[in-house]
Parts: sequence; C-alpha cells; structure tokens
Amino acid sequence: MALTAENYLAATGHARRRNILSAAWAFVRAWPILPAIVVLLMIVTAVFAPLIAPSDPRKQSLADSRHPPVWFGDPEPTERDIARGVDKSGLYRLGADEFGRDVLTRVVFGARLSLQIVAVAMTSGVLVGTLLGLFAGFWGGWFDEIIMRLVDFWLALPFLLVALVVAIVWGQSLIIMLGLLALLAWSPFVRNIRAEVLTLKELDYVNMARVAGASGARIMVRHLLPGVFNTVVVIATLQVGGLILAEASLSFLGVGIPPPTPAWGLMVAEGRQWLATAWWISFFPGLAIFLVVMSLNFFGDWLRDKLDPRLRQVRN
Amino acid sequence: MRRFIIRRILASGLTIIASTLFVFGVSRAATDPLDLYVQESGYGITEESRIAIGKELGLDRSIPVAYGLWLGRALQGDLGESLVNKRPVTTVLLEKMPNTLQLGLVSWVIATLIGVPLGVLSAVKRGSAFDYLGRGFALFGQAIPNFWFAIVSILIFAVWLQWLPAASKEGLSPTYFVLPAITLGSAAAAGYLRITRSAMLEILDSEFIKMARAKGVSQSAMIWKHALRNALIPPVTVSALILTGFITGTVLVEVVFAWPGIGRVAVTSVTNNDFPVVTGAMLMFTAIYVVMNFLTDLLYVVIDPRIRYG
Repeated sequence: MALTAENYLAATGHARRRNILSAAWAFVRAWPILPAIVVLLMIVTAVFAPLIAPSDPRKQSLADSRHPPVWFGDPEPTERDIARGVDKSGLYRLGADEFGRDVLTRVVFGARLSLQIVAVAMTSGVLVGTLLGLFAGFWGGWFDEIIMRLVDFWLALPFLLVALVVAIVWGQSLIIMLGLLALLAWSPFVRNIRAEVLTLKELDYVNMARVAGASGARIMVRHLLPGVFNTVVVIATLQVGGLILAEASLSFLGVGIPPPTPAWGLMVAEGRQWLATAWWISFFPGLAIFLVVMSLNFFGDWLRDKLDPRLRQVRN
Repeated sequence: MRRFIIRRILASGLTIIASTLFVFGVSRAATDPLDLYVQESGYGITEESRIAIGKELGLDRSIPVAYGLWLGRALQGDLGESLVNKRPVTTVLLEKMPNTLQLGLVSWVIATLIGVPLGVLSAVKRGSAFDYLGRGFALFGQAIPNFWFAIVSILIFAVWLQWLPAASKEGLSPTYFVLPAITLGSAAAAGYLRITRSAMLEILDSEFIKMARAKGVSQSAMIWKHALRNALIPPVTVSALILTGFITGTVLVEVVFAWPGIGRVAVTSVTNNDFPVVTGAMLMFTAIYVVMNFLTDLLYVVIDPRIRYG
C-alpha cells in the first residue's frame, strides 16, 4: 500500500467516508428531529392528557380484563354486550390491563406524572446544586471542603436502597418521591459548576469587577452565574433521562407513588404476572420509558455539543 | 503511595459509617420499629412484654448510643439478628452473597468482552456501518430500563421461544445465568463501548501512533498493543461507576428474575422493616462500592506507570 495521504487517513480512521449511513447519522446528529419529536410529544401528551386520552385512567371494567390490543382482532362479543348494544371493537387500542383499564390511557397519564415529578425534582436539584456549586467554588475554604465531602459521601450511597428505606419508613407519597429524586438530582451540578466557577473567578473580567468594588453577591449573580448557565442547561438535559429511569425503577419496586395512579414503572410491575397471556400490559409502559429516555439522552448529547463542548468528558 | 492508601482507607471508613448511620437513623427515627414488629405476632401483647422486647432489641436506647453499640459489635463481626426469623444477619447475608457476586462477575465479564472490543473496533473503523451499529447499541443500552429489558427478554426467550428458564437459579447451571447476566451487563457494555471508543479515537490521533505506523508496526499490534493500553484509563475509571451501577442493577434484576441474592434480601427486609438486615445490607453495598473505588485507583498505577500517588 503506497503511503498516500488518503491511505494514511483511511488507515488511521480519519477518512470521512461519504456513504448514505454516515450522511444520515451526521444529519441526525446535527438536527435531532426524531428525538425532539418524541420529547415534544411527551410534553404535549402530558399537558393535554385528559383531552388526548381515549378513556379515564382509573375506569375499571372487569369484564374487559386483559382485553387484547386492537390489532389482535376483537374477541367475540358476549351476549350481554349484544343485548345492551355495546360495541367494544377497537375500544382498547393498546389493550386493557388486569382491571380492564385502557393501557393507552394509562400510558398517556403516566407521561403526565413523569413530567410533573421530573420537573419539580429537576428544578429543585438545579437550584440547590447550582447554588452550592457557586458558593463552594467562589468562597472555597472550609465551606467548599464540607460541600465536596458531602457530595462524595452522597455519591457513595446506594441510592436505590436509601430510597427504599425512606419510602417504606415515611410511607409512599408524591412528596417523598419528589424529595428523593431531588436528592438524586443535585450532586452532578455541584461538581461541574464548582469546577467551572474555579476557572471563571480567576479571569480578568471578574477581577476587574472586584476592583470596581462589586460585592461578592453581585459578582456571583451578575458575572459568574451567566457564565455557568450553559453548563446548567446541558447537565439538566442529560440528567432528565436518568431521573425518569430512577422514578420508574422505584415505582417498579412498589415504593413509588401508590397504586391507582398510573406510573409507568408501576404499570410494568403490574403486568409482570400476566406476561404469558397479556404481555401488552408490561410492554407498552416500558416502551414509553425507553423511547423518552433515549430521546432525552440523544437530545442532551446534541445540546452539549452545541452549547458546551468542554463537557464532552462528562458522559462520553 | 503509603500516605495515599492510608488517607483512602480513612475516608472509606467514614463513608461506611455515615451510610450505615443514615439507614440506622432513618429506620429508627420516623416510626417505632417495635410497632411494626409487634403488630403481626403480638396481638394482645402486654405492655410489659412489649417493653421487654424493646429492651432486647436495644430500642430503649437513643439512636447514637444504639448505633455505637451496633458499630462495636459490627467490628467484631456481629451484625445482630434478623427480626423476622431470628437468624444472625451475617448468616442471612453471607449465604446469599455468592449468588450476587457470581451474577455480578458474569455480567461484568460479558460487559467487558462486548464493550471494550466493540469500542476499539468502532473507533478503528470509524465512519463504517460497524461504527454506527456500535454507537446505536451504546445509545440503546444506556436508555433501556433494565427491569423492562428483563421482562421483554423473559417474554421472548422464556415464554415464546422457551429456550431459557425465566427465573430463579439452580446451582451453577449456565442457562440460569444467561438472561440476568445479559440484562445487567448490557447497560455496562454500552458504557464501556462509549468510553473506549472516545478514548481510542483520541489516542489514535496522537503523534506516537503516527510514529509507530511510520515505523511499519503491523495494524493489529498498533491497535491492541500501542493504542489500547494507552486508551485503557478511561474505561478503568468508569469501571468503578459501572460496578456501582451493578449495585442498583442487581436489586432490580434479582427482583425480576427471583435471583436469590442480597439485592432481593435487601428489598424484602426493607418491606418487612427488618432493620438489622437492612443496615447489614447497606453495610455490604457501601463496602463493595468503597473497595471497588479503591481498587480502581490502584489499578491506574498498574495501567499507567506515569501515575504516582504522593
């Protein structure tokens, strides 16, 4: 093989082969349309759940227990249905669960629950994490030391076990769940923002502000906070998927929001015992979790590349 | 090096104490465990015997004192007795420990054998169909909820195809390992793939690889000897993270596959408010985490002789 520039590049893996696949990938990387649609769809479904859902998530109909999804064809109508003139064909688009509740409706309302939980947990995580990171980085000294040891300790705790203990002892409720997820959300912010502040505060414009007589609070709010804003947005996006997974895992173990509320993880758990005869009960809520988390991760990667290339090391 | 090791051991001890104190405190503080304990068997129990039971369990003491006593005994290898079946906590946990360790080890081997080579090939053949397949797999593996992955794999391979058993474990029969280990290992494999790929890309771009290439080193020697050894640090770093992920992962996977390990013991004992077992399980999990992190730090030195701890 002659050592032409092209051969060399090809051998070291630097050639940009222009095949269709790479073009497609490059396009998806540049404009994550599909993930954006999934995320948007989730938000719209969550906000307008009562308008979109074909039924009521709590409405039970024991006669329709484990009614198969629409594409399996409908079972023969019972005489009672015929007598009452009820037509059930196509009623359960994704099937019905053990209690005859519509799986599609419950998946739609599950999106609402996930969105609520993640929004609250993430907001508090962002606020606490950003503030602590900002203070730790700016003040340094013993405060920094305490906060960083706290983060180390917190990361060493097996979260799932802690969450199980807390949920069992204090009972299952929305508030406990929100608190637990907020506790999960804050630590990555502290580390990254502290590191960012450490470099920012040595820059000339911050020193100039100090010389000009700006107070510590003013420097933090007006000069440092805007500097770390991109980092906050990127970490938050990358974290959302993880929070949804954590919430689903907890409700799967039965320590999330208590039963009649349609939570995705709980729905997967409820369908487990019917796997052999009615797989759709578990399958669709899980699929929803998977698609949303994957889209969010993809979207987060994209945002990171756009806003803050330095963060690439965080989750490569 | 010695100072580093001593500092790490001290910090590890503190972490273990803090985590067990946390669980100890939470499970004692909010409700009176006695109520939960007496409820089932103690219908119509007298006030005296109730207090006697509390004394026996050490519930009459304040949390710090009780924790101090627990810690003292724990250091001598005594973690107390399970409230449910009166067996020593160490026995309860240690008899399940091998099952969890076996599952963890098999999953880790699977993750490494899939993730690292795929990551290397993905980087070397960058831009090929292979690369996109690898990256797709990485994206897939990190987003899939492992309990759902477990259920879908049971549905396909145990219910529909009937190739593999759905749950439980009998001895070391490999068929029982396939589904749980792949479930646990897939997310880890995705993590290894991503990190190995990006580390390899960086190394392949460096001067010494170009030099080796110019010298006429064969392709395979260049990739596996020159590049991979230098690209190994990031994957080793995430090993600690990945193995910690296993701790959470085993809990879920053991529940789905009815695997008789400490994850499942932890879940059932939390549900029973069997706080001696819960605290013991917490101790085990944190200890595993701390030891893993420590070993990872030591491994750096072996892989990269440039690193020295002061």
